[in-house]
Amino acid sequence: MFDFLSDYDNPTLLGAFWMTVKLTVLSGLGSLVWGTLLAAMRVSPVPLMRGFGTAYVNIVRNIPLTVIIIFTSLGLADVFGVTMGATDFKVQGFRLAILGLVGYTAAFVCEAIRSGINTVPLGQAEAARAIGLTFSQTLRLVILPQAFRSVIGPLANVLIALTKNTTVAAAIGVAEAAYLMKEMIENEAQVLLIGAIFAFGFVVLTLPTGLILGWLSKRLAVKR
Amino acid sequence: MSSVLYDAPGPRAKRRNVLLSVVFFALLVLLVWFVYDAMDEKNQLEWALWKPFTESPAWTTYLLPGLADTLTAAALAMVIALPLGAVFGIARLSDHRWVRGPSATVIEFFRAIPVLLLMLFANEAYDRWANFTTEQRQLYAVVTGLVLYNAAVLAEVVRAGILALPKGQSEAAMAIGLRKNQTMRVILLPQAVTAMLPAIVSQLVVIVKDTALGGVMIGFTELLSTRATLAAAFGNPIASFVVVALIYIVLNFILTSFASWLEKRLRRSKKSTGAVLSAEDMEELNPAATGGTYGTGAGGTI
Amino acid sequence: MKLRKASAAAAAALVLSLTATACGGGDGDNEGGSGSGGGDKIKIGIKYDQPGLGLKEPDGTFSGFDVDVATYVAKELGYDADQIEFVETKTPDRENALKRGDVKFIAATYSITDERKKSVDFAGPYLLAHQDLLVKADSDITEATDLNGKNLCSVVGSTSAQNVRDDFAPKANLQERSGYSECISSLQSGAVDALTTDDSILAGFASQEQYKGQFKLAGLKLSNENYGIGVKKGDTETLNKINAALEKMVSSKAWDKAVKDNFGPANYKNEPAPKIGVIVQ
Repeated sequence: MFDFLSDYDNPTLLGAFWMTVKLTVLSGLGSLVWGTLLAAMRVSPVPLMRGFGTAYVNIVRNIPLTVIIIFTSLGLADVFGVTMGATDFKVQGFRLAILGLVGYTAAFVCEAIRSGINTVPLGQAEAARAIGLTFSQTLRLVILPQAFRSVIGPLANVLIALTKNTTVAAAIGVAEAAYLMKEMIENEAQVLLIGAIFAFGFVVLTLPTGLILGWLSKRLAVKR
Repeated sequence: MSSVLYDAPGPRAKRRNVLLSVVFFALLVLLVWFVYDAMDEKNQLEWALWKPFTESPAWTTYLLPGLADTLTAAALAMVIALPLGAVFGIARLSDHRWVRGPSATVIEFFRAIPVLLLMLFANEAYDRWANFTTEQRQLYAVVTGLVLYNAAVLAEVVRAGILALPKGQSEAAMAIGLRKNQTMRVILLPQAVTAMLPAIVSQLVVIVKDTALGGVMIGFTELLSTRATLAAAFGNPIASFVVVALIYIVLNFILTSFASWLEKRLRRSKKSTGAVLSAEDMEELNPAATGGTYGTGAGGTI
Repeated sequence: MKLRKASAAAAAALVLSLTATACGGGDGDNEGGSGSGGGDKIKIGIKYDQPGLGLKEPDGTFSGFDVDVATYVAKELGYDADQIEFVETKTPDRENALKRGDVKFIAATYSITDERKKSVDFAGPYLLAHQDLLVKADSDITEATDLNGKNLCSVVGSTSAQNVRDDFAPKANLQERSGYSECISSLQSGAVDALTTDDSILAGFASQEQYKGQFKLAGLKLSNENYGIGVKKGDTETLNKINAALEKMVSSKAWDKAVKDNFGPANYKNEPAPKIGVIVQ
């Protein structure tokens, strides 16, 4: 029943899901960094930065990820020469996909963090300022540790969405799960079986994330 | 201006802010210049590439029919997913374990699977086992994928909407002797639907964005794929890409603004219970608030 | 009251978006041009995005060699130009569209292969094309082996690029794009060094107004592509009529005119009109 799986070696089933995991983890880290920076801009006292952060989030959130991913290849790589240090197009596609996923997901990370910051009571910051902490100290030592705890739940949702969104990388030929599924489903007779295999794969990838991070967010929730 | 993060700036902070503004502005200018320079060097700024968009054929022949297909798929998906989601959302709130369990499983299953996989599967299934023309098949496959995923998401919206209502509502209903079914139908659901409206409109943004997947991966003739036809005729892939991205931004911006306008209206309204479910609430949709289990999925707009 | 208004506005918006788009849906009839002549319409499958072969023009009409052949054949079958309804048949959708009878026949750079002959019948061939390379006008790529270490663009799902890598240049770096116009854009920007597919398709792009003089064909005959007109398996009546029409098109010089009209500007040296039923391997 599973014989056909051995016909696929570029990528193999496991290889394709491994690619999905790599895309998820790397873009997850990247969007956490870029999203935090964006959130910092959106709450900064500098109006220009606030404006940029707001504009970025509102523009990126309203563009389909598909458009962004294809644009990384067609626009960034071709026109702007952002080849991510790769000459091989397979490697380049992989890195560009991460770039696109980071750019897109960061907007949602930013919003999650910003709403987390907004849950920190004003008194916390006032106390921090009263003992003479600077802006960056207040942010680093008082606000963000509390905010990050309350954003674990929303961030877990973003991470799960990101896991599923990595499938869009198939649009620029990154050999991940959806890419392989499309190839298999068009060439094999066992459509239902293939569908079930890939569905199962994603349940396995997303369910633990939801459970673990959900448990964590409950445990770390700031009691007020 | 004072916020949780900083106080009204003093003279030193003001100076620093000005400095930061200048530096940041310089960086932005540099970025814009880099974009301009690269586009110019690759001859992407030539008027001939952009001119078609100032004339009607580009719109009437390619983009508008594509946009119509995008909106058709999105509207169909929403109209079908909403009642389906309501049924599953209410079922998940049932007092009976045998109703609650299966519906929760179905909801979590479809929230865990990428919408692209659902579309690919539906497309292939319709190709093999149904008798549709190519156009019908592509539309139905896109709508099927969107419905399965979004019904699961909307089920959670409905559930959250009902749970967001003050407990007094159902208690009062029970006190005047309404049955469970009546309480849900007459008291809770109408209020919840109103409270959910902003979240539903926001979900429409997600649906519109996801139609683009159908265009690229299964050839549905929506906006993004009619762009390819346009680019073949005018020879302007980059320019057409930028224009299509702008169309998406404008369209979704209108929807998003409508959602937040709606939310403000509802929040201000004296008649309601004050329970309103915005897109942001959906992002934070978590078991602590809704009493469910942590499942697998983003509630909100991603 | 305010509450009412807000929800009414939401409902109105939904209804509006529905009614506004309801007319956008495709028409459900799938007659596929049954019968012949009379007031009937005939549905013909073509490509929409290949200049020189099948292109949807900005004014909504269609142009290209495939379109001209299809129009000529339809006329011989008893349909005037205004009775033709062109339908887009993308590469993966062609067999199914014929099998279901959505279209009467397909003229869409449809190479005759043994694999495809299992599910559809082919009239023709009506054009002999070859896989070739499109390069920049000042490029020094003259042979397929020059592609080693170079960047080569092709379209997702196409076998052309794989052929080049398997047979000529194993070290070619493959870029897969969603369409040929994207490949052309990459070629123009220098991100890729060559684009490979049938020379007829390449010639069509190269002779487009906006690209004139920028590209040239390498003139390699890397394969033989016999373009046929696909008809439903077993529809011998239509098949024979189309073959007769194609023969007439060649003998009446209408074929030469169509080649000249569509490929002329590209400096594309076409093969002479193929003999019906003779497939060049």
